[in-house]
Amino acid sequence: MTALAATPLSGLLDGVGTAREIEFRDAIREAMSEEMRRDKRVFLMGEEVAHYNGAYKVSRGMLDEFGPRRIIDTPISESGFAGLAIGAAMLGLRPIVEFMSWSFSLVAADPILNHAPKMLYMSGGQFGCPIVIRGNNGAGGQLGSTHSWCVEAMYSNVPGLKMAMPSNPYDAKGLMKTAIRDDDPVFFLENERLLSFKGHVPEAEYFLPFGKAAVRRVGSDVTLLSWGRPVHFCLEAAEALAKDGISCEVIDGRTIRPMDWDTLFASVRKTNCCVVVDQSWSFASPGSEVAAQVSLHCFDDLDHPVARVHSDDVPAPYAFNLEQEMLPNARKICEAVRAVVRRA
Amino acid sequence: MSTAKPPASPYSGSKATDLASHLSPAARTPKRPEISATTLKQWLREMFLIREFEVRCMQAYQDKKIGGFCHVYIGQEAVAVGCVAALQHRDPLVTAYRDHGHALARGMAPKHCMAEMFGRIGGCAKGKGGSMHMFDKANNLFGGHGIVGAQCPLGAGLAFGTKYEDEVINGGKSDRVTMCFLGDGALNQGAFHEAMNLAGLLDLPVIYVVENNGYSMGTAIERGTTMGHRIIAKAEGYGIEGVEVDGMDVLNVYASMKDLVDRCRATSRPAMVDMRTYRYKGHSMSDPRKYRTREEEEQYEANDPIGKLEKHLKQAKLLTDAEQEKMYDAVREEVRAGVAWAEASPVPSMDELYHDVYVERWGPYTGTSLPLMLRENQ
Repeated sequence: MTALAATPLSGLLDGVGTAREIEFRDAIREAMSEEMRRDKRVFLMGEEVAHYNGAYKVSRGMLDEFGPRRIIDTPISESGFAGLAIGAAMLGLRPIVEFMSWSFSLVAADPILNHAPKMLYMSGGQFGCPIVIRGNNGAGGQLGSTHSWCVEAMYSNVPGLKMAMPSNPYDAKGLMKTAIRDDDPVFFLENERLLSFKGHVPEAEYFLPFGKAAVRRVGSDVTLLSWGRPVHFCLEAAEALAKDGISCEVIDGRTIRPMDWDTLFASVRKTNCCVVVDQSWSFASPGSEVAAQVSLHCFDDLDHPVARVHSDDVPAPYAFNLEQEMLPNARKICEAVRAVVRRA
Repeated sequence: MSTAKPPASPYSGSKATDLASHLSPAARTPKRPEISATTLKQWLREMFLIREFEVRCMQAYQDKKIGGFCHVYIGQEAVAVGCVAALQHRDPLVTAYRDHGHALARGMAPKHCMAEMFGRIGGCAKGKGGSMHMFDKANNLFGGHGIVGAQCPLGAGLAFGTKYEDEVINGGKSDRVTMCFLGDGALNQGAFHEAMNLAGLLDLPVIYVVENNGYSMGTAIERGTTMGHRIIAKAEGYGIEGVEVDGMDVLNVYASMKDLVDRCRATSRPAMVDMRTYRYKGHSMSDPRKYRTREEEEQYEANDPIGKLEKHLKQAKLLTDAEQEKMYDAVREEVRAGVAWAEASPVPSMDELYHDVYVERWGPYTGTSLPLMLRENQ
């Protein structure tokens, strides 16, 4: 985690006033609260979001400020309340739905995949679905295989939705503000392991556009692309590899739909080498899509086939050592980079 | 009614009931309000329009002008017409895939409904939705939905939305009622039960109308649903009022639903209706109906809602044969013209493929725009 904190974000903060250090969860809350103060159509709904102050304290204090009509506790009934929020969005409200974990979204697959992203199309442009669905995604806390889903592979397959996956508090706030104002359904993937991570966030209001990646570290030998928590592993690996004289360029994709292909292709054309780090399983994943697109568009620039670092193709194990080994980690990334750079 | 012994009812559950008890459920029937002759004739016209439209749909399907799945509403016309009459125009309505009747009752022109099934740009959803996805924003129709039971949480959300707008945003009192239709097959879906629980818990002004035609596709209700002979038992579990209604009589549907809608509007409490009805045709166009007898079908057809209202109007000397024929001819002409209009409507251009996927323009996606149907009305 230290790697990102050591990475200056000052370039991103130009012109947005003084920055403070706040936690990832505070950044999400600030974005939601600011938008709720501005627009009464925005409300937050989910399990334990109100009286309990949020299972992970993301919504702490929001019930006190906005009251029970706008911060709404639901029963454990994901299919029901996700579908309810989609109906409310069709009517013109702007719901934020919190899934305590994206792992629990599987029981709501029909409303969130078969309805929200298709409503505009099925209705011939009559009913959009301006909803934000957010919650913890990804493994890392020894929660076992049912609670450790990385849904980005499965869900990013669906046209009609957008997907954001921030790696730090600054991005989390800027992307959440954009997500709430977006007229399309946004799947916002947070990570429990990152919620206490602190970072600089300006006092003044700002927005981050979807589809604009951030170059976290400039390098010349290989391009590393990732999203969310594994961006930190990439920076850790880059730091280690630098000691061996391997210069990594680390790109934080920030959003998966839309994907910022321009930034990625420009970097690969410079480094001639690409390693994508994606915490979901490898088969039919953002990582495999990146490999396909880079191979297609940068074929003549590549010195080596695109390499991929994923979670191992097994259910997430409970045992700490097995879980850490299963996830993409700095060691695996270093191995992948050394393999492609050496052979290049 | 025939004096022959009625066939075993599909609603019987563990104990056998007959057609008479099925259609006269032992529930409170509110006093019938005075309905003007004009309104009654309007209802007759609407029911006949739906039936005529569906007959033409079946022909068009046989002629391969309609693709995919197509579920016709013949037999159930009194339900859509009576229920819609009990609503105000601003009240949201959402339904399942057997949705042509609701669309027409809500005021969609037959030509837009038919063009949608023909896959033409003039369709209500530009030919992108098809038979199961009739949407009409101007008439507060929030869709036909293809997945059994999936519209139930949407219905709860529409009710949540109207109440939130009326009370939280505008600071007034909740004043709209959402009507959510489902088939008896949806009673066994989790989405229905989750929606009922949320509606009861959050005091949502929504009425779930179960169009209980006795079959979920080919499965008779007692083969798939516990308490199939008394499904309002489901409502009790959620603290929601359940009402049984004979859905083969439009006056009865209207009287029961008007009472319920008025109370729902005033109290903001949800309700569930066991609307007893029957679909004369198969589940979809590809259903040969081998799971039931012709005798059973004839029993129900003898209790036809259109014939019943015709008889009522004529006995009351409110409608002459000549008047009726003139009305029906006008409807036939309207539907015929609608079919012709739909046939003349162009297929969607290839530009439509990447249109209406996202509101925002990005990548290959070209944003969104309203269908011709709504632009015409503006």
